[in-house]
Amino acid sequence: MENLLEQYSKIVGVEVINHIRQLANPLKGARILHVNSTKVGGGVAEILNRLIPLKRELGIDAEWEVITGEKEFYQCTKKMHNSLQGDRDDISSDLLAVYEKTNQENCERLREKLEQADVVFIHDPQPAAFLHFCKNRKGKWVWRCHIDVSHPYRPVWKYLREFVKDYDASIWSLSAFAQSLSHPLYLITPSIDPLSEKNIELPEKEISGFLDSWNIRRDCPIITQISRFDRFKDPIGVIQSYRLVKNYVPVQLVLAGGGATDDPEGEEVLREVRAFAEDDPDIHILELPPDAHRAINALQRGSDIIIQKSLKEGFGLTVTEGLWKGKPVIGGDVGGIKLQVINHHCGFRVNTPEGAAMRIRYLLKHRDIMETMGMNARQLVLDNYLITRHLREYLTLVVALLLGSEEKIELNYPSH
Amino acid sequence: MGNQPFRILDCALIAIATGQKAQNLREFRDILKNIHSGSIYYHFWGGLLHPHFDEPEFQNDFAVWAARDLHDLKIAEELSIIDPNIFRDIDDLRQEVIEIIEERLYASEHVPWVKAGHEFHFIRSQIVIFDSGITYDNPRKLAEAIPKMSLGSIFFHFIDARRRTPESKNDFSAWLSGFNDKYTSMISGLDEIDPYFTTLNELRQEIYNVFNNYFKGGRNGKSA
Repeated sequence: MENLLEQYSKIVGVEVINHIRQLANPLKGARILHVNSTKVGGGVAEILNRLIPLKRELGIDAEWEVITGEKEFYQCTKKMHNSLQGDRDDISSDLLAVYEKTNQENCERLREKLEQADVVFIHDPQPAAFLHFCKNRKGKWVWRCHIDVSHPYRPVWKYLREFVKDYDASIWSLSAFAQSLSHPLYLITPSIDPLSEKNIELPEKEISGFLDSWNIRRDCPIITQISRFDRFKDPIGVIQSYRLVKNYVPVQLVLAGGGATDDPEGEEVLREVRAFAEDDPDIHILELPPDAHRAINALQRGSDIIIQKSLKEGFGLTVTEGLWKGKPVIGGDVGGIKLQVINHHCGFRVNTPEGAAMRIRYLLKHRDIMETMGMNARQLVLDNYLITRHLREYLTLVVALLLGSEEKIELNYPSH
Repeated sequence: MGNQPFRILDCALIAIATGQKAQNLREFRDILKNIHSGSIYYHFWGGLLHPHFDEPEFQNDFAVWAARDLHDLKIAEELSIIDPNIFRDIDDLRQEVIEIIEERLYASEHVPWVKAGHEFHFIRSQIVIFDSGITYDNPRKLAEAIPKMSLGSIFFHFIDARRRTPESKNDFSAWLSGFNDKYTSMISGLDEIDPYFTTLNELRQEIYNVFNNYFKGGRNGKSA
């Protein structure tokens, strides 16, 4: 059976994979540990699910650990997440005590691995305090922030900053998110995996089968937003847009959310969305399990337009997924969506439900433009947002961290 | 032949936020005066190695910002036409940009501003250079390898070479010069390639075309 890198070379080209292999050469045998807060659900888990085996195939001793905590810990980190995205929500000292205690306990459990690793990547705020409790670390530590922290609620950021400032480097998805810290602020945009269940090609029969099972008709345009049931994703605004379109064109709306184990607020938002939809038979609200990857893939492929009307967004991997399937995307003018959705090229960025409705109507009226945008969309992702580019940047960063800090790092080579 | 083999090197770039951002043209000029030289390099050349989406309308990040966010097409055009290759070093290039902005500021009644969220974020980069382990002692063999070269190799040998070779040449031309006058026409062809207004994919094809035309005898009937 082909190894993973060979499989990717069929999509991105052999030269891209050779480039990655050579870049990884000096890192053979290096111990690299990733820590995050969930094994399933959410973009971070999806990326790590594939990055770790890829690094191992390159000869790197890569591992992935997940922290565990009680309900209160996740309440705290959810509040932290929302506050970092701008919600003015103070966190009680009791909850912060749970946060620190949970970090300390998990750090204790993983101490040996954490101390021995050459490079440790800590993802997002949940395990950010690890460094504080790991005094005898040997390697370089990097904090990877996947959230839009462009306008954080300052008291919460100040609290977290105390834990983050001593890292050797941090990684941010966009320069607008990077907060002032004295270590290097690397910029790496996330990516999708073209070989994952969520992104591989699917037979038409399977797509139809999924849509039939949810009573979604193929003879009426389908607009889909896939995301957690989270207020920052503005599901209510999406329904408002749908209603504005429905006055002129027959259309169906799909709101599909996969749960994540670290998101306690989801159920409450889902209830609000169901109430707002008022049993409209053309609004399909699907609560999908975190591993419903093929179902999500089928939904995206079966849709005419993908919508991601977020009010705040980290990078927006559901946008990338939609683009990869050759669909025009209508996205909120925030975060990483600004980088991915290029107006008139592969979709439209909008600021209001009215704006989204206007663009949906425009696209449904101009099928030829939708098709051209779909082709542009796929090429955009092929060139910029696949996991192979992500892997290359991680490797470059690790080489830079371990082997030099200059602007130009030359791994020993003779001159011509 | 008396020439060292051509060793294919490769490079990968990683972007680093400097934390400096400008909301208007005056702030932009002030930051430019002192920003890390790597940031000037990144915003002129880095675009070739970091994600970009379509045919770049303007040829460097400064010009793109001026057009899309400042909505000042005059200065966008003036910044876009700057050819970074003709400057002796990054500081000369920096000075050229500053002078263009100062002229614009002098001629403007108002300092152009952008709305919140559209600031120019100064970014710098680190480049890791590594050895592919492949060498060629014969230009014909090198020609055959060009279509399979990584874009990092093309960047290193054709773009980055300009800031580390004495005559600001690309590595291919420099190497071919070591064969006395045998490849003069091919060197001219390579030197005539404008590495701007292009993508690395297109640049790789242009370089290959020069080599290929030469060896097919298409350029001036010469053959090696």
